[in-house]
Amino acid sequence: MKYAYYPGCSLHSTATEYDATTRAVCAALGVELAEIPDWNCCGATSAHATNHLLSLALPARDLVKAENMGLDVVAPCAACYSRMATTLHETKGNEVLRRKVSEIIGADFAATAKAKSLLEVLAVDVGPKVVETKVQKPLKGLKVAAYYGCLLVRPPDVTGWDDAENPQSMERLMTALGAEAVDWPFKTECCGASLSVSRTDVVLKLVNDILAMAKSCGADALVCACPMCQANLDGRQPAVEKAYKTTYHLPVFYFTQLMSLAMGIDEWKLGFRRHSIDPRELLHAKEIA
Amino acid sequence: MEVLNLTAVGEAGKSFAARVGAEAGTDVYSCYQCGKCSAGCPLSYEMDFQPRQIMRLVQLGLKDLALKSSTIWLCASCATCTTRCPREVKIASVMDVLRAMARREGYPIKEKGIAVFHRNFLNTVAFGGRSYELGMILGYKLGTLPAQPLKDLDLGFTWLQQGKLKFIPERIKDAAAIREIFSKTREIEQADLAKERAQGSGPETGHGAGLPAGGTEGHS
Repeated sequence: MKYAYYPGCSLHSTATEYDATTRAVCAALGVELAEIPDWNCCGATSAHATNHLLSLALPARDLVKAENMGLDVVAPCAACYSRMATTLHETKGNEVLRRKVSEIIGADFAATAKAKSLLEVLAVDVGPKVVETKVQKPLKGLKVAAYYGCLLVRPPDVTGWDDAENPQSMERLMTALGAEAVDWPFKTECCGASLSVSRTDVVLKLVNDILAMAKSCGADALVCACPMCQANLDGRQPAVEKAYKTTYHLPVFYFTQLMSLAMGIDEWKLGFRRHSIDPRELLHAKEIA
Repeated sequence: MEVLNLTAVGEAGKSFAARVGAEAGTDVYSCYQCGKCSAGCPLSYEMDFQPRQIMRLVQLGLKDLALKSSTIWLCASCATCTTRCPREVKIASVMDVLRAMARREGYPIKEKGIAVFHRNFLNTVAFGGRSYELGMILGYKLGTLPAQPLKDLDLGFTWLQQGKLKFIPERIKDAAAIREIFSKTREIEQADLAKERAQGSGPETGHGAGLPAGGTEGHS
């Protein structure tokens, strides 16, 4: 199994722990990642929020490189994944648009490669059965709320790999690791990440709603598959607790961190020091790490 | 309550609705106002018009009301609306089109901070090919002065300590290719707009494509 790897900007800055654990977990599972050479930012929310053509051209430059490598793309960030999948979805079968995009990027964009999220690759292509065989330290007694956020499984005609309202793939993966995935209703609620800087008030409310629901459903922690979600749910958690006069103290893991942990991959790669809510206390209490 | 003269909207309104539908790749007239989009929208409580009301404004050709709304800027692009629409209207795509149109045509922006954020984000991308968080946040602070220059200082400081924010932006080797993408996009858009204006179906005003010109343009 070999993919063109598109880390995206966050995995080089706020989410290097996601990058490190992604590479480690993929290596352990025999998923080969060939990083796209000299990749550029997909433009994420800001490009499509203001300019349609630009929002297609930026990911297209990366997708053309993947086409030249003869590989499908895997993106760990839900926002990057969404932009790549959307670009392919909109240009496939729309000759006029595809030609316009090709003209902008100065290369023939065929829109033939597939874009996959890292969660899809590990939870579906590799699958929980294979993952289970690699578990050395089962995450016994750890109750997690799998958080997909908005873009991993929506809109379904663009993503189409799990249920848009009640996805299950992350839960299956967590169960394979020996953890308990709680049943909860906010797994695809939006955390408002794109408004985090400009309308922090709104984001604090959305994050508070999500954390409160996870807690009331009995979760010890949240698991996510997006650097935007993690930065928001973890980084903003102290501010949320202050604003809403409450205490959650819910660690927010990348799913690859929990996979690394269960698969016995070096602790230094987990990057827990970089979390606002340090998960080590919880993991010690559960006698997992 | 404001009285709206719907008969006065006429052809211009119809062409606006058609244009939004064409750009968003969806049939705006399919919306029958069930409100499911608005019920699921996580930001609806902050909006001046509910998403379903924006759809109705588009159908009626009430362009000014739609383009001046806070809704189009507050939309977080989570696509809950599109996913749940029983009529398969791509509401999130309609929001994208309306925002782009509002910028391009120089409409006043009700959520200035959000627009400033997007511009700064794209400026960093246009500069080095990759987004640059620290530069983006500093640019945002300067762009929104005098409001709350110290907000988020604690989180920013924590992130710097944790090594999450880099001081130096990452530049790709072929950064010139990205600047070319930005300028070529602007060129094609302006050519398209000129063509439509010549055919009498495009917008009456044009203030450029509203794109950062390689990191320096100050359009808001």
